[in-house]
Formats: sequence, structure tokens, C-alpha cells
Amino acid sequence: MRRNLPMYYRSLRHPEGIAALCGLLLMLASAPAVSSSEVDPAVLDAEAARIAVMDKAKDAVLAVFARSGQGGGSGVVISPDGYALTNFHVAKPCGNAMKCGMADGQLYDAVIVGLDPTGDVALIKLFGRDDFPAAEIGDSDQLEVGDWCFAMGNPFLLATDFQPTVTYGIVSGTHRYQYPSGTLLEYADCIQTDASINPGNSGGPLFDAQGRLIGINGRASFEKRGRVNVGIAYAISINQIKNFLGYLRSGRIVDHATLGATVAADEDGRVVVSEVLRQSDAYRRGLRYDDEIVSFGGRRIATPNAFKNVLGIYPKEWRVPLSFRRDGTRYDVAVRLRGLHGEQELIDKAAGGRRISPMPIPKPGDKPKEEEPKPGEKRGPKPHEIPVPVPIPGGDHPKIAKPKPKTPMPEIVKKHFQQKRGYSNYYYNKLNRSRVYDAWIAQGNLEGLAASWKFGGKLPSGGDYRFELRDDAADLKLPSIEYPWTAGDDLADSLDPPQSGGLLPALYLWRRLAVTGPESFGEVYYLGTVALARQDIARQDVWADVLVGLHKGAECRFFFDPADGRLLAMEMFPEDDVDPCELLFTEEREVDGRRMPGRIEARIGDDLYGVFEIEEYTFGDTKRENQE
Amino acid sequence: MMNRILTPLLLIAAFAATACAGSMTGGPVTDTLDRVQPNVVKIYGAGGPRGLEPYQSGVLLSAEGHILTAFSYVLDTDYITVTLLDGRKFEAKLLGADPRIEVAVLKIDAADLPHFELNDAVEVDPGTRVLAVSNLFGVAAGNEPASVQHGVVSVKTRLAARRGAFETIYRGPVYVLDVATNNPGAAGGALVTRRGELVGLLGKELRNSLNNTWLNYALPIDQLRESVEAIRAGRFLTERQQQPQNKPDRSLRLDLLGIVLVPDVLQRTPAYVDQVRAASPAAEAGIRPDDLVLLLGERLIRSCHALREELEYVDFEDRVRLTVLRGRDLLEMALQYTAENE
Repeated sequence: MRRNLPMYYRSLRHPEGIAALCGLLLMLASAPAVSSSEVDPAVLDAEAARIAVMDKAKDAVLAVFARSGQGGGSGVVISPDGYALTNFHVAKPCGNAMKCGMADGQLYDAVIVGLDPTGDVALIKLFGRDDFPAAEIGDSDQLEVGDWCFAMGNPFLLATDFQPTVTYGIVSGTHRYQYPSGTLLEYADCIQTDASINPGNSGGPLFDAQGRLIGINGRASFEKRGRVNVGIAYAISINQIKNFLGYLRSGRIVDHATLGATVAADEDGRVVVSEVLRQSDAYRRGLRYDDEIVSFGGRRIATPNAFKNVLGIYPKEWRVPLSFRRDGTRYDVAVRLRGLHGEQELIDKAAGGRRISPMPIPKPGDKPKEEEPKPGEKRGPKPHEIPVPVPIPGGDHPKIAKPKPKTPMPEIVKKHFQQKRGYSNYYYNKLNRSRVYDAWIAQGNLEGLAASWKFGGKLPSGGDYRFELRDDAADLKLPSIEYPWTAGDDLADSLDPPQSGGLLPALYLWRRLAVTGPESFGEVYYLGTVALARQDIARQDVWADVLVGLHKGAECRFFFDPADGRLLAMEMFPEDDVDPCELLFTEEREVDGRRMPGRIEARIGDDLYGVFEIEEYTFGDTKRENQE
Repeated sequence: MMNRILTPLLLIAAFAATACAGSMTGGPVTDTLDRVQPNVVKIYGAGGPRGLEPYQSGVLLSAEGHILTAFSYVLDTDYITVTLLDGRKFEAKLLGADPRIEVAVLKIDAADLPHFELNDAVEVDPGTRVLAVSNLFGVAAGNEPASVQHGVVSVKTRLAARRGAFETIYRGPVYVLDVATNNPGAAGGALVTRRGELVGLLGKELRNSLNNTWLNYALPIDQLRESVEAIRAGRFLTERQQQPQNKPDRSLRLDLLGIVLVPDVLQRTPAYVDQVRAASPAAEAGIRPDDLVLLLGERLIRSCHALREELEYVDFEDRVRLTVLRGRDLLEMALQYTAENE
């Protein structure tokens, strides 16, 4: 506690020294500044812990640039092989190849993988290492308002040495809804924070106090001061991104979902259906006008915003639990979500209309454009302009259209990029399609099963059944009746056996995928990952890799176990807007060195068509059959 | 001699130790927010000129539904609605407002509501960590909780008294905050300590017109208490408490006072003075065109119609006190009609 004050000794002899000393002490007494030896150790420990967390987190953070060096935003690496997340509105203006600076001071080449224009997310892949520092993925549903959090990134493009800027604040709100601009950049179920997020932070990570990734920053509310943070910004929740991650890996331009119905609040505050589309799965599951929505996606729905929040976190084609009430009776169903956009519409939106391109900095006093609320929607707060990267003062403004690439695409990126309509990067779709298909064939040893497939057993009611699947036909023999089926030009023409929704064509297509492979089946693409549990989607217990196959007018979805490659289930849609024939494959067993399902459950709509316990498989002799 | 040095040094150490304990480590505030959020309400009313947002925040003061908020353009309508944390919507009445402090009290018809006790509010020192709970930017709707921002109190000081600097009527003490509260919708929100004690009421968006900077501030509760009590005691109300008493045989009229108001064309036209007749009681008292009449005595005047109606209860020979808003200044003037004026 003793302080070294040489003046003290001098002051003993000089009165003016004493006065000066008292003055100094008065100053010290009134100034709250203290040396570190007098600060509560708990404070120093907290500070040291914070520094350690941030020091580790910064390694995964990216400064994202177009390959011409212009513009920019932020991103974050999520796996050591180099997959990284950013905003769609950051990636899109960069084009297909971009450059990413990391805290090690290096600049890495990256290629676009998947795009989610509605949700404003993009997946990219960095090259040059197989041990990139990656962020630890958190759980955004565990967040509570008031929790500390921090953002890292490149606001105002200050990070010329790629050391990210850190800003620190609290979670101001959870499960917030921010209206889209048109239908894009909707931030549903997002995290609100007062950590400073500014133009340039877009696409970068929001971490919790332990350094786990909880969100991707991308929007803020602006008003009278133009595009600078005023204490309120939004991050896409990591849990939403987890739902889309498989879809993004598929290299496609992915779409968000609609229920096929709109909801609004009535005078009593209940959330009721204001419109429902006849062709939608919601309608087929029984939803009608004026039904009250009780819960959706496992969450109690008390406001239209809460409904939009649930809808916004799911990709299209997911099945999500829905509970609704009519005249006092409650109905619990699982609804297939439709796409929000048509195919061409989504491609156009992803191509980036002027609306989402970088814009000049608005002058003070500029107000964002007012948007008309859609019918049935309660009038919400004004949608605010999309924050876009701001160039360094004196630098070029990012161009409105795609940047003219004066620099050619790097070789490494060219090797990992393939253009195809509807895809952001077809290369990754082919990659995952092969991965899933090859894993299936390998684990089941299904190579070379080109001859006919015969299998059968006993029916629950007694009596035998027998299926035979061939290259162009399939049939089912039951004790009293036989259903021969031939593959015509449009598989929807004949959906035998009756009431099954197309069991024979479905089984036919199952064999076809195994026998012909993804190149010859018809068009086959990798969809992404889907949570398979039906009534309990909110827990996301069981995930599947999904391949979609199109053949003769029918669309099939094949669900594979990501861990071992097994085919778990399939759905066959003979045409749009009908219930598919669903098959569940269980009780695998070995047959001649192959692994085949021992049990096939067939469902159509809400009904179980039949359960087939398979006692015996016979695979025809290819040579003999070819000679016949 | 040693004491002269050691004592101040010990004082420094003691100060540092107490300042550091507890509040600076900043543990989770979930429990605090569980208690505070139900006391904060979302208020929806009128939009302002140039597209100003039609919403703001408020705090519950009583179980029966008295709500404290900022006296702003949002309340300038007969249709004010309030949404509670549990999502229930109520029609709210403007009970009264003190235009000198720029606070208002609303009333909704409810019971057993969670609320702040104004008497339990605390004063805090600069450096105190605080939370601002408000519906800034109207982000929360229905049963969604208001937004929470963090920061510290920077200083307690008077708003610049220099005329025209800050665009405010109130010039008294405020907490200047290092929290980004000056945003649409934040006015009327709650400023609390991390333990949930009420400290102040978030202020309106306030600009210093000389340097175009915006101030984050809150009105200390100790500055508001008197006004709130006055309103609840029957002053500054918009309506008469008792049923209309007998009107005097001859009551005061605007033309007797020499005041011509602007044409009453809106549903509720604010009581702006258009012309003042020369040598009239109004001219002598100093009323000028463009003055906005806010108070007649202690009655809050919300419209031309209200002013005319209130005057009907005043005997023509009685002295009246008018409080007017001229630019950013509140001026109180006494008017007296005498027969000689005719």
C-alpha cells in the first residue's frame, strides 16, 4: 500500500511542496482511476477470461472480399476443411470466387457453395488448408435476454491486416422478427443485440460469452443517422442455419417455406387462418379457413409474428408438426412445407435484383421506403434498408451490378466450380450426390444387382404375397389377386395397387436407383439434410441425407442415414400437389452378401396401406434374363 | 504527517474495492428482467409529422393500470392502445400530463397488474451500470418482451439552458446515458439498475440543434414524482374530475380575451393562437401568435374545442392563468378581462 512519493520527503522542508502534495492527493482521492493492484481480482479474472475467449474466437473469423479486392463483409469458418458461413448479400456481389482474410494474416481463395437468398445466408468453401481454425457451434435456443455476447468482423473495412474488430454487448431480444425486403432477407426468429454491428460486419459471427457461434450478423435498424449502428442489430440464429446447412452444402439456391396458408390475429387475439391453398399439404391434412393455430413446429403460437418466426427457420419440403383447433376440437398433424418461390423466381431473386445490391450511403434525413403490409398481415414497423458493406473512405463504391472480373478465377476455384441453372455451384451437388449414393451402395453391397428382384413373405392376415421388380415393370401377387404394372411414359397414369398411392411404381423406382445409378436414373440431385422425426421435428432427433430423383413424371425422395448410408425411407410423388406413397425400410438383413430391408411399411396420406415382412429375396440371374 | 498521505490512499483503495465488488462483474440479469419486463408496456397512438413513428414505451405505476410515459406526439390522439407483456391489449385514456416535465400518465382499465413503486426508485451515481428496457423501433409486438440494452450512467446534469440548443421544454436534471436509447419508440421506457431498481424514465429523441448531435438521456424519477402525484391528485388532467358544476351566467370567451385561435378543422386541432387583438387582455399579458395553449389553470388543454369548453366554466371577470408553449419555452401568463377593454 505504500506508494513511492519522493515529493513527500522534499515537501517536509518546503511548504509549497506540502501544498503541491496535498493538491496531488486531492486529485488522486477524487479520481476513480486506480492501479491494477487495487482492482478486485474477480474483475481481472473476468477480463482475462474474456480476452482468452476472444483471442481463440478471432482465428475463425473471415474478412470477405470480392476477388477484385472491392467491397467486403465478414464470415466465419465452421469446419476445419474450410466451409464457412456469411450473408447472401455479402457473397452475392463477390461472384463465384472470393478472397478471405484470416487473423493469421493470410488471404485464402474461396468458392461459393450454397445460397439462401430469403434467409440471407451463404455457404462458401476456403482452400489451402485442411486444418482451418473453426468456430465452435452453439445453441441459440439457450440464449437469454441479458446474456453477454460479442461480434467479430470487418466493420467499415478497417481490418487491413485482417485482425477482426470486436464489439461487445448483450442479447437484447430473442426470437425477433424482421420484415423482408420483398421476399428476401427476412430475418425470422433472429437474435437482437446491442453489440455494435455496422456495415462490414455483415456475414460475420455473433459469439456467446464462451465463444460459441450463436448467430450470423446481417441487419440493423437505422433511422435518422443513416447506416451507423444505434444500439439495435440482428443476427440470424445458428439454430436456423443448422436446419439449412445440409441444403447449403448441396450447392443449390435454397428456398424458404410457406405453409400454404396465411394467418392473422383476430379481434380476440387468436391466430387464425386467413387463407389456405387447396393444393397445399396443409389443406390435405385438414387445415381450413378460420381454424385457430395452436402450435407450430413445437412452439405455442400466440401472435402472427411467432408463426412467421417458426416458418422462417425451416427449408421447404420439411415436414413440421402443426396443431390447430376448430369448434373446440384439436387436430395434430405433420405438414409438408411448400416452397416460397417458383423455380425461375428464385433464380432471378438469387441473381440479385438492384434492390439487394450495394447502394451509396444515404444522406442524413433519408427515410427508408414504406412498404405496404400484405393482406391479412398486421401492420408492422417499417422495414429498414438492408445494411451493405461500406467501402473505406476514398475507396471505390462497390458497383451496382456484378463486379467486372478483371482478375481471372483462380485455378483452385475453377476446379471446384460448375455452373448449372438453379444451382449456386453444381460441383458440390455432384460431390454430395456421389457421397450419399456411393455410401448406400457400399454399405449394402448393392453393386451389380441388375437382374430382377423378387421378394415376399406372409401377410398379417395369412396368405402369401410376392413382389417382382424389373427394368420396365413391377408386379404384386396377393393370394386372391395379381397386380401387374408396367412403367408407362407417365408413372402417374397407373398407381397400382389401388389405394396405395403408387406402391408398385415406388418400389420400381427404388430398384431403379440401385441398378441404374444417379447418372442414368433420370435427374438425380442431392437435396440436403432433413429432420426425419415426424411428430417431433422440434427435437431434430433423426436426420437424413436426401437424394431427389425424377423419372417419367414422378419425383422421388430417398432418405439415407448420414452415419452408415442405409436407405431409411422414400417418398414417391406421382405428380404435384398430391400425397406421396411413403415407404419405410427397416429390419435390415443380409441376403447373398447384400443388405436388404426385412420390413417395408407403405403409407399414403394419413393411412397405412400395408406392412410387408419380407421372408425371402431372390435376385434373378442377369445373364439368363438378358438372354430371355 | 504519514496520515496525510495514507488516509487519502486508503480512501482510494476503499472506494475502488466497493466500486468493483458485485456490479462490475455483471452476472446474468435474467431474474432482474423477469421482474422488470412485466412492468414495461408498449404504447401505440398517433404518428408524428415527417413520418415519425406512432409508438413508444411506458411503465406501469399501479395495479389498476396507471402508466407513466413521455408526453409526446404519440399521445396526440383519442385512440391510444397499450399492450402488456402478456399480450393483452387495452384502450388507454390520457389521464393527464405535465407539459413542463414532458411526462404523461395514462390509465387502462385493469386490476392486479405488476408495476413499479415510484417511491422505491433510486438515485444512482455516474458509472452505475444500467439496463434500458423499451420497445425501441417497435420490434416487440403482442406478447414479445421489450428490448433490453446495457450501458452506464455517464453523468447527472441539467439539460443545456441556452435557448434553442436542445429542442426540449424541460431543462432540469437528467441522467445522460452511455446507452443508445435515443431511438424511435424508446421514450417512456424504464431505466433500471442491474438489480431491477427503477432509476429513470427514458427520454424522447432529443437533438442539439447547434451541432446536430443526439442525446441519450433519462428523466430521474425524483424529478417526476411531484408531477405524477399531482396528476393522480387531480391536477393537469384532461377532464374534469367532478361532474360539470354550474356554469357562470356570463363566462369568459376567447373574443373577450382578444385571442383568435387557428381554424378548428381537425378532429382535434391543437390550441394554437392565430391572432391577438391589439390592446386586449391577451395582448397586455404578452400572448403572441403561434403560442400553443397547453394549460388553463391546471387543466391540460388538448384542443381548441377543449379551451373554449373550459372557458365556459370561468366567470368573465375572473383572472385566468394560461400556460403557453412558445418555441421551446413554457410561459405562464395571467389574463384579466375588465369592462374597460370593451
